[in-house]
Amino acid sequence: MGEAPAIRLEGVTKRYPGVVANKDVDLTVRSAEVHAVVGENGAGKSTLMKIIYGMVRPDEGTIQIDGEPVSFRTPKDAIDAGIGMVHQHFMLADNLTVLENVILGSEPRSGVMIDFDAAAERITQLGNAYGLRLDPNQKVEKLSVGERQRVEIIKVLYRGARILILDEPTAVLVPQEVTDLFTSCLNLKGEGHTIIFISHKLDEVLAIADHITVMRDGQTVGTTTPAEVDARELAEMMIGSELPSPETRESTVQDKVLLRVEGLALQSDTGRQVLDDISFEVHAGEIVGIAGVEGNGQSQLVDSIIGVIPEATGEIALDGRSLVGLPTRERRGAGLGLIPEDRHRQGLLLGSPIWENAALGHQDKEPYANGIWIDKKASREQTEEIVRRFDVVTPNVDVPAAALSGGNQQKLVVGREIMAGPVVLIAAQPTRGIDIGAQAAVWEELKTARQNGMGILLISADLDELIGLSDTIHVLFEGELVAELDPSEITPEILGSYMTGAGAKRAS
Amino acid sequence: MKSGRLLTTVVAPLIALVIAFGIAALALLLVDIDPIAAYQEMLSFGLSTESLIITVNNALPLFVSALAVAIGFKMGLFNIGVEGAYLLAALFAAYVGAQFSITPILHVSAILLVAAAVGAFWAWIPAVLKVKRGVHEVISTIMLNYIAFALSAYLFLNVFRAETAGLTVATDLIPETGWIPSLNPILAWFGIEARAGANLHGFLFIAIFLGIGYHFLVNKSRFGYDLRSSGANPTAAHASGVDPKKMVIRTMLISGALAGLVGIAPLLGFYHQYPQDFPRNFGFNGIAVALLGRNHPVGMAFGALLFGFMQRSSLILDLVDVPKEIVTIIQGIVVLAVVIVYEIISRYVNRRVIASAAAATETAPDAPPVAA
Repeated sequence: MGEAPAIRLEGVTKRYPGVVANKDVDLTVRSAEVHAVVGENGAGKSTLMKIIYGMVRPDEGTIQIDGEPVSFRTPKDAIDAGIGMVHQHFMLADNLTVLENVILGSEPRSGVMIDFDAAAERITQLGNAYGLRLDPNQKVEKLSVGERQRVEIIKVLYRGARILILDEPTAVLVPQEVTDLFTSCLNLKGEGHTIIFISHKLDEVLAIADHITVMRDGQTVGTTTPAEVDARELAEMMIGSELPSPETRESTVQDKVLLRVEGLALQSDTGRQVLDDISFEVHAGEIVGIAGVEGNGQSQLVDSIIGVIPEATGEIALDGRSLVGLPTRERRGAGLGLIPEDRHRQGLLLGSPIWENAALGHQDKEPYANGIWIDKKASREQTEEIVRRFDVVTPNVDVPAAALSGGNQQKLVVGREIMAGPVVLIAAQPTRGIDIGAQAAVWEELKTARQNGMGILLISADLDELIGLSDTIHVLFEGELVAELDPSEITPEILGSYMTGAGAKRAS
Repeated sequence: MKSGRLLTTVVAPLIALVIAFGIAALALLLVDIDPIAAYQEMLSFGLSTESLIITVNNALPLFVSALAVAIGFKMGLFNIGVEGAYLLAALFAAYVGAQFSITPILHVSAILLVAAAVGAFWAWIPAVLKVKRGVHEVISTIMLNYIAFALSAYLFLNVFRAETAGLTVATDLIPETGWIPSLNPILAWFGIEARAGANLHGFLFIAIFLGIGYHFLVNKSRFGYDLRSSGANPTAAHASGVDPKKMVIRTMLISGALAGLVGIAPLLGFYHQYPQDFPRNFGFNGIAVALLGRNHPVGMAFGALLFGFMQRSSLILDLVDVPKEIVTIIQGIVVLAVVIVYEIISRYVNRRVIASAAAATETAPDAPPVAA
């Protein structure tokens, strides 16, 4: 040892009016290690990282980087000190290339021109060194989520970061991409980089971290190593109670078919078969899970059923009535509910008050609508009901949705869809990026809805969630349903192998 | 929350005004003119009864133009084509209105209808281009302005111009049943007498009605909800069941219909025919007024009045040897300053709202503050 730790925080406290976000936080991150920081949403992880990254200044306490006391005023200071942050929500310009995104703001120059060749070479170099392979000239809009994340990581490395903060890096990734990410993390560690890994996926934390610091209620409750704890103990440190499970009890599946999809097919602009002859049924009281590595057609399947993509061919029938050719509004009116996979993109108006968000998707129906008008009073009452029943933590229903934590935003979306009483609910990644408490609440609501005879189509990257909640699981691989599985007979490992296409071969 | 609204709706524009007049004062000092004296001249001239009436008259077309622009802004559509639309609409309305004479209210209504229909048609073109072909409305509406200028000039000179060649080149005079009467008799009840030539346009009532209608349509109706969601997050609006293509068409039709009414106040309140020098630039200035008023009907009314006032009071500057272009400078800076100051203040307010919400719920917000 003897070497100064990469980061040392002592007694760091940050107060916001009426609340202490961080209280007397101590954190020591050794050089060239992967250090995980775990905790529920609201435990103070984000604030702590913002302090380290210079976005927020602490009220008390000291920060040392490599043994040197520092006081960052802006993220620029932190970047200069070799700290880089990869945000959960990517900050990339879709219509620029990888290269342009990486150099944006720190362009290498030769004279007055931008030296693109030097930048491209450096990106390729970085990519090869750390297993972050990317084509520098590819446009970002063409990249998968995992590849976008690689762009973000290369971006901070390009700026000379030695300490990388990864904020919920696996929240948006599928298992294979997570493996790739971990390989890159280990490569980075091997080259002497330090990684702070923020997560609440405990299995992953245990797999990758050298040390784990647990936060609860704004405080650090302890630092441990994967050798000393298992996932259950870690969860108990985080929340101080039993770990919830997604398991459903006895079957409530009825004979009545609520959603019938038959021969659904969709071609992309380039002629690729994005969806190919998809057929399945969702019965009353049934949760049908769709498993698959992201990018195998899940988004297009959801968008085709809801009607946002109208080009798909084949039959979609809700409760016996064909939805083909109907616009999204009529499909929703017929009883389709949607929890979108990305709440910020498809589910919320972040700048608008919560009550307007509760009306979204139901703005043409009671109680939100009254004739051609929006009934503000009734809408607010309905929203207060959602807030109460689904335990959305918010001071009132007039604050903008952006003011809520991710878990509470998700509970609001889940609440408004379930309260609307759809015939069939499409739940895409319903617990993505939310903490254990909110996750359990969402699972509970889905189970109750199932019991009450709702049909639910569950699309999820969380294999435990899929196996635990579903009555039937279909595996989506390259736009095709390649297997139908009984969740009571499979493990995440088996499901995972089906998802890569290997299982399909074995089955045939 | 309350103090936040006060900051953004009252304090921000006031700061912007002070900044604009300050910078203009510096410009005046550079050319050796006493800005205080110039501003005093503007004020004392601008505050006479006649000037105030003309200020309101000036403001009417600007206000309607701002409404037309603002309804597009609300869903992220930029209709730059108000300028061309209102010229064409006024020309057609003047021509059709001069062809017959019926009961006053019906006659005026018919003229309004023609103007709104022509404006709506003109805005429908870029809407269809956008929906069917993906042409950005900024490009198409700007280009359609030039087409409208040329088309209206051609139609005016070759089709609609009056046969009886007098001193002025204009369309036929609209019969008196098609005029909108002046409100001066009403002013007289309140003991306000204006010198001849300063007639308060009766279009004022129509403008107020349009402003109220705009408020209810945008902020209270289901259509307005769809409109605002489409502006706030198009993908979420689409997933919620809003058809983005229909929304573009409908919004552009409404925007165009409003644009068609821009020229009505001067047409039916003053000219009663379409002269060759029919006033221009209401369309472009309407964009500025919409920005100034933050798309809010009351804000836009104040913005239009401010522009109307400056337009009127600048007339005195030539007489005291001050270049009246200084007013154009002020108008320009005021818009820039409002946009910037408003952005700064609303960011501050948003941060405060989000921080206090986060504090009240003891959770970290999930998203960075967004500008409203």
